Order: sequence, then C-alpha cells, then structure tokens
Amino acid sequence: MTAELVALPKHLLDFQGWNRKHVEDLFETARLMQEVLSRPVKKVPALTGFTVATVFFENSTRTRLSFELAARRMSADVLSFSGATSSMAKGESYKDTLLTLDAMGIDAYVIRVDAAGVPHQAARWLGKPIINAGDGWRAHPTQALLDAFSLLERLGSLEGKKIAIVGDILHSRVARSNAELLPMLGAEVWLCGPATLLPGGLPKVTMTTDLREALQDADAVMALRLQKERMDKGLLPSEPEYIAGYQITRERLGWAKPGAPLLHPGPMNRDLELEGTLADAAQSLVERQVANGQAVRMAVLYHLLVGRKT
Amino acid sequence: MKGELLLKNIRLVDASGERGPADVLVGEGRILALDGGDAERTLDASGLILSPGFFDPHAHLREPGQEVKEDLQTGLTAAARGGYTDVVSMPNTTPPVDTPEAVAALIKKSRQIGQARLHPAAALTQGQEGQRLTEARLLKEAGAIMLTDDGKTNEDAGVLALGLSYAASWGLVVSVHAEDAGLRRGGVMNEGPLSYRLGLPGNPAAAEAARIARDLEIVRYVWGRQRPDAKRPTLLHVQHLSTARGLELIRQAKAEGLPVTTEVGPHHLTLTDERLESLDPVYKVAPPLRTQTDLEALIQGLLDGSIDCIGTDHAPHTRAEKEQDLIRAPFGIPNLEVAFPLLYTELYLKRGFPLATLVERFTDGPRRVLGFRPIRLEAGAEASLTLLDPRSERAVDPARFASKARFSPWAGWRLSGWPVMTLVEGRVAWLGMGA
Amino acid sequence: MTFKAQIMSPDDVRRALTRIAHEIVEKNKGTEGLILVGIHTRGIPMAHRIAEMIKAFEGVEIPVGMLDITLYRDDLSEIGIQPKVRQTRIPYDIAGRSVVLVDDVIYTGRTARAALDALVDLGRPQRIYLAVMVDRGHRELPIRADFVGKNLPTSKGELVKVKIAETDGEDGVELWERQANPR
Repeated sequence: MTAELVALPKHLLDFQGWNRKHVEDLFETARLMQEVLSRPVKKVPALTGFTVATVFFENSTRTRLSFELAARRMSADVLSFSGATSSMAKGESYKDTLLTLDAMGIDAYVIRVDAAGVPHQAARWLGKPIINAGDGWRAHPTQALLDAFSLLERLGSLEGKKIAIVGDILHSRVARSNAELLPMLGAEVWLCGPATLLPGGLPKVTMTTDLREALQDADAVMALRLQKERMDKGLLPSEPEYIAGYQITRERLGWAKPGAPLLHPGPMNRDLELEGTLADAAQSLVERQVANGQAVRMAVLYHLLVGRKT
Repeated sequence: MKGELLLKNIRLVDASGERGPADVLVGEGRILALDGGDAERTLDASGLILSPGFFDPHAHLREPGQEVKEDLQTGLTAAARGGYTDVVSMPNTTPPVDTPEAVAALIKKSRQIGQARLHPAAALTQGQEGQRLTEARLLKEAGAIMLTDDGKTNEDAGVLALGLSYAASWGLVVSVHAEDAGLRRGGVMNEGPLSYRLGLPGNPAAAEAARIARDLEIVRYVWGRQRPDAKRPTLLHVQHLSTARGLELIRQAKAEGLPVTTEVGPHHLTLTDERLESLDPVYKVAPPLRTQTDLEALIQGLLDGSIDCIGTDHAPHTRAEKEQDLIRAPFGIPNLEVAFPLLYTELYLKRGFPLATLVERFTDGPRRVLGFRPIRLEAGAEASLTLLDPRSERAVDPARFASKARFSPWAGWRLSGWPVMTLVEGRVAWLGMGA
Repeated sequence: MTFKAQIMSPDDVRRALTRIAHEIVEKNKGTEGLILVGIHTRGIPMAHRIAEMIKAFEGVEIPVGMLDITLYRDDLSEIGIQPKVRQTRIPYDIAGRSVVLVDDVIYTGRTARAALDALVDLGRPQRIYLAVMVDRGHRELPIRADFVGKNLPTSKGELVKVKIAETDGEDGVELWERQANPR
C-alpha cells in the first residue's frame, strides 16, 4: 500500500486553514521535485490530461513563466490568459471571463490580480482548485512557500529563527503571506519599514520602524521591492530618505548573524532597497529562490490537482 | 360614512405604543375610524400589524442617468414593497439634480408611477462640485426637501457653512456624508486588524469622527449667527452614522442643544467588518461596516434617540459592477425591500428592542427630521400606512427584488415582519398577500 | 480482508531471492554493467538483498538504486487517488548499463510500465530486466518479468502480500481475500 498525501485545503488562496503539517508535506514533495529537475529529462507525466489555466489580470512575466513551466514539467496542458490584452480591457467582468475559460475544461486556475480577493471570488464561482499567484496587497502564498523552502534549505529549521522583512510592508502581499507562513513554521518574524508603510498590526509578528532592532541578530533578512509610486502618493518623502533609513547595506547586514541569508522576492531595484551588489553576494538566496520556485510550484500543482479532478 | 377599505382586527403600532386590535376604516385618504364601519372592501387583518407609512430619508434611485442601476419605477416599487410610503432620493445622479427643473421632472414622473411618494433631495452645490451654492429657494419651490452633496464629501468647510446658513433661511435641511476624504483615502473597508491582515485599504473610524467634529463646529458657528426666527431648527443632518465615536460627538452636540440630527443604515446595525473576511464586495459600503462595538453603540443610540431615524442608504448597482474586485466594485447595497423585516427580526425579535421605538425610527423619526407632521394611528390621520406580517418567516431572496440590484448581503437570512400592504393616502401602492 | 494461505515461508523467500540472484548473473553473463533498481516500497530491500547475495558468490559490489513511479502512474486523474511522492535515487548513470528493476509483485503490469517510463527519463540503459517475487497473472499490458520467485495463479478478488523483513518484520508471501465490494 502506498502512503497517501495529507489532504490539503482545496485551494491555495492564502494560509487560512493551512497548518504546519500541510506545509511540511508539501515541502517533502517539493524536495522530490528538485530531484526531477536535476534529471536529464526534466519532465514527468503526472498531470497528463489536466489543464491548468494561468489567468493573469495583472502582468507578471516571471511568476507566470514559473507557474507555466512548473505545469508543463508535470505534463499538464497550459492555457494562458492575460487580462491586460484581452476582453477584460473591454470591460468584461472577472466572473464572465472565468466562466468562459471554465467552459473550455479547465482543471485548476492560477490567478494573479492587482486587487485583493478575486481568487476568493473565483473559488466561489468555479468549484475548481484556485492557486493565488498574488492578489493586490493581500497574499502571494507560493512566493512565501518558496521563501520558506529556501530558508529551510539554508538554515535547516526555522524553529526560533529571527527573520527580518524590510521595506514597504503595508502594500506587500509577500510580507503578508510570509507573516502568515513563517510563524507557522516556528520562526520569529520582524516586519520593518517606514511608519507610513507599516500596517497597524498583524498577528504573530513584531513590527518596528527601527531597522537596527529588526536586523539585530537576525537569522535571515528579506528586502522588499519599493514601488516608486509610493513617493507620488505622499507616503514617502523621497528615495534618498528611504535609502537613508531602510536600505539594506553591507554594513547594516552586519547587524544580523554572520552569513545570514539575504532574500528578495524580485524584481529588484538595485541601489534602492538593496545596496548595489549585495544581491550577488554569497549570502544572497535570490537565485535559489527562483530555482526553488519551480519545485515548490510543481509540488503545489501535484498536491492540489492529483486525485481531485472534477 | 362609507369607507374604501376596512382592516379588521389589526394590531396598531406607532410612536405612541402598541394598541388594538382595532377595525381600521380607511377612506378619502384618511383613517376614518378605528371601530369599523361600512367599506367597499374588507380585509381580515388578524395577526397583522398596522404602522404609519415608513419614510426613508436617504435612498439612491439613480435617475436620471444611471437607470442601468435603478430607475424611479423600480426604485419606488422597491420602496413600496419595503413598506415605505415616502422616499427621499439623493441627487448624485448623472447629471446631479441641482436645478428646479430637474426636481420638478422627478416629482412629475414619480406621480405617474404611483408607488411610494418621491421627495427629491437636490445638490447643495452646483454640479455637486463643492463650490457654488444651488438655488435653495427655487429648488424648494420645485419640491426639493433637502440639500446634499452626498456621494461626495464637503471638503470646503467655508462652502458648507454658507450652504447651511442659506438653506436654513429657506427651511431646507442640509445632509452630509460625513467622512474626511484625506483620512478615508482609498479605504474600502473599516481600518483595523482585519484590513491590515487582508491587505485592503482601510477607512478609519477617525475619518467619520473627524468630519463630524468639524461639521458640528460649523453648525455651532452658523447657528450662533442665525437669527432666532429662523424657519426650522434642523440645520444639519448627518447621514449614515457608522461609528461609536461619531455617535458620541452627536450625542454631546444634541445635549448642548445644537440643531443636528442623524440616521443609521440597516447594514450598520446588523453587519460588521468581519464579513469582509469573505472578500465579497457585497459587503462594500460607504461608510464601511464597522466593529461589533460600533454596532452595539449604534443600537443604543437608536434606542435612546441620539439617532433620529433609519436611513436605508439604498444604493443599487448592477450585479456586474458588484462582481468586480473589492477595490473596483462600487460602494453600496440595495436594502429598501429588507430594511424593516431585517430590523424587526434582528433588533426586536432577537434583542428585545422596543417595537414602538423601532417603528418610530422608520416613521415619525424621519418625518421630524424633514419637517413633516407625525402620523398617529387615529381617526383623521393621513392614511399613509404600512401593514406588516409578524408571523410568516421568509428567507431574503434577491432574485425577487423589485430593485434592479438583485444582490444582498442578507441573502438567505430568515426574517419575519415583512410588509404585506402599503397604502399611500389610502391608495394601495403594494399588496403582497392573497387578499 | 481475510487471510487465506501462507504461500511462501521465510526460507522459501530466501531461496527464491538466491535463485534470482544467480539467474541475473547468469543471464547477464557476469556482473559487468549491472545495476539493481528497487521499486518502492519492497523492491528496495529486495534489491539490496540480491546485491548482497551476488557479492557473496561473485565478490562484486553491484550498485543499488531506488525508483519511485508515483509521478508516472496512469491513474492520477482518478478521483481520490493521491499518492505521496517518494524518493528516486540512482547512484550511477544508467546509460549503457543493464538495469534490473526489482519489485515485489507483478500483476496488471502498470507499475512495471511506469517504471520503464521513469527509467528511460533518467538515461538510456543498454538493457532493462524485471525481477519480481510473485507473478500473480492478470496482465493488462504486454509486459513480462525476466526473473520470478514464484508464479501464483490468483483471482482478482485475492490479494498477494509479499513481506520483507526490512519493511514488514519477517519474510513471507501470503494470500488474502479482499472483502466483497459493498455495492
């Protein structure tokens, strides 16, 4: 008799309803997917006969490519929809768009959108597994999973580890998803940024405007992308002001534990949130994050699709 | 004297309390008697409740220009089915109702429709642009009952002060959507732990409280320089109160004797921001659903009279508009057709809120704010009346709405106290039972 | 499930593995280029046992790998089938070598089919053999085993349980009857 997967929630919208066992089971599969990716033929027939739609109402080439390659490596058919270039621009609603796609026989949806909650609505409308590839400021669960996976790879365990996430926390789905996931795995999460870019309070994490306090003895540091439009909205006085207060520099990284890995979800503004060459330094996990993104997304597809065809 | 309609054996509930059963004889647009008499038509109303007709001081009926969301026909029908005999329509239409001609046209059309009576509110400033005042005197002559820039917020305190002063001199109420635009920013839900977690832009309670505090200062200022023979006491009506803090400010102002009134919407009395956990735009309203603490305070305010009346803020949109995401979907929900059964069930039945007080907030409360005489259920009173069925329980089914907006945050809620007949000056505007 | 019969004793299992070990070396004309690849779960300890036996009589260490065929199953789109993926580790490049796939039972042939597909994605072996403890018949694919511990005609309602000490505490082969389907 073969062992069965731990039953995961039907969708990956955020980490509500997920527990540590779910994530560890998923990571176990992801580690085995890494082996598949090391083979001469980096493709397995597991999802033959499944069709995965990547529905990107907001453009994100990197995330889309990562998901589509993950699906193809599992032999799923991939249907690629981009809202920016299609009927959405003509005012078709999310629901109409999704129902139209659904009529084409889709087994699962990967949805990216600039506004929070659309993946939840899709879950109500479609009854198929929905994987949130980023919704507004709210959640980007596969990014958090690959961050945690990369951290585990480097640190062995996250139990009691201090992870500092620095930057525009308020508008960051990456920060929010990591703030849900990392404490679940035992980590102590610090969120740090300018007062105007910190939300009022999130459960199970510590928030501070003091960068030194956040980085002090940290086991890992994650810098977030700073959207330049924050300056236009009056939330930040200027770029130099941000750099002065919150840029991760070689010197400031020295406040963390020696060799503490540095993460960035990409795409990076070099010399804004990170000092120039820091992303290329030995302690940078940025490339591992991208590589692990593949394995983690293959695992997510496997867990959410296999045995659940409707 | 022979009447047109005899309602036999009916319980009477109005602001003065509960009485009956009585045999209410209606004719010539009035209540002729409470002890029966000959009538062309007799209805056994055993078990039903008779109330003065409901008056909604705040509804968006969308005509002219936004008929895809609602029009006078559907909006006034929805009102009649909700037990409303009178409705105030907001002027944030396309274009805004800011001329006497527009007001007159709405009234004329509403009379042809013959459902609930329409009392248009007109814009306080031309085009609702917050700069030049509208023609208060001419608007009143044409039938406008209130001036407001609702739909927008009155950012210029000076303009609001001028508008209040001028409107009061012609006996018109000014109502305000009291939210500070700068504090509110792009907020789509109550700012708090849930908005932080959901990553949705928050609208803090402070946006309402700060604006109410400012507006009360304006009232104090204008009232202080008002001549003592000013036509009407109510200068400022604060729309759709949503926060405990805002209520506290109004309570203090009233205690001080400032001429201020306020209303609360059915949604702020029955739903909290926790609903947004579902990320469903059906819970997106302005001002946003607040916390349980706010809800409890609002119920208390409604009970003690700090809040004068229920204003539905009926704000219909198309389903497609409401099926956008939480950022893009418009604010607002239809609720004319559920307001009373909702509060009858949730406040009276479940919390023991006094029925006569609840009825007062639907009837005399708004009439008092707007300068109408109250309706007492006695011989000689205007026969604008609502019959309610306290017995039958029914689930809210938006598909059956007369409103074009066929969605509801209360869909599936089992309610009782549904209106079964609405009489407007003795005329049957809605009859929802097999009689 | 109800127990029907003990088909093989621990000694029978040992003898069968010994025989298979000899047959493999004989058929391959020596140990040159041999790799044993056990299929999860019981194929893996079986492969190690065979390798030890070959070492005992040939004095040569045969590399042993493990293969998980989960991602190659043809029933993953069926509702309710959610197998865990397990480790695949082949210590040497299999290109040009003689690979012996080792499994406990051959039945429909689908596991062997999946293993063949998996194996060729890992490289291009010179030759692939299949060794099993029990061949119980009922093939659904044109696949046969090269080395068989015991041919055991069964009905479809029966279940063959191969026990290997490393995974089950003791060696043996048992026949069980499935419970009638509660239709």
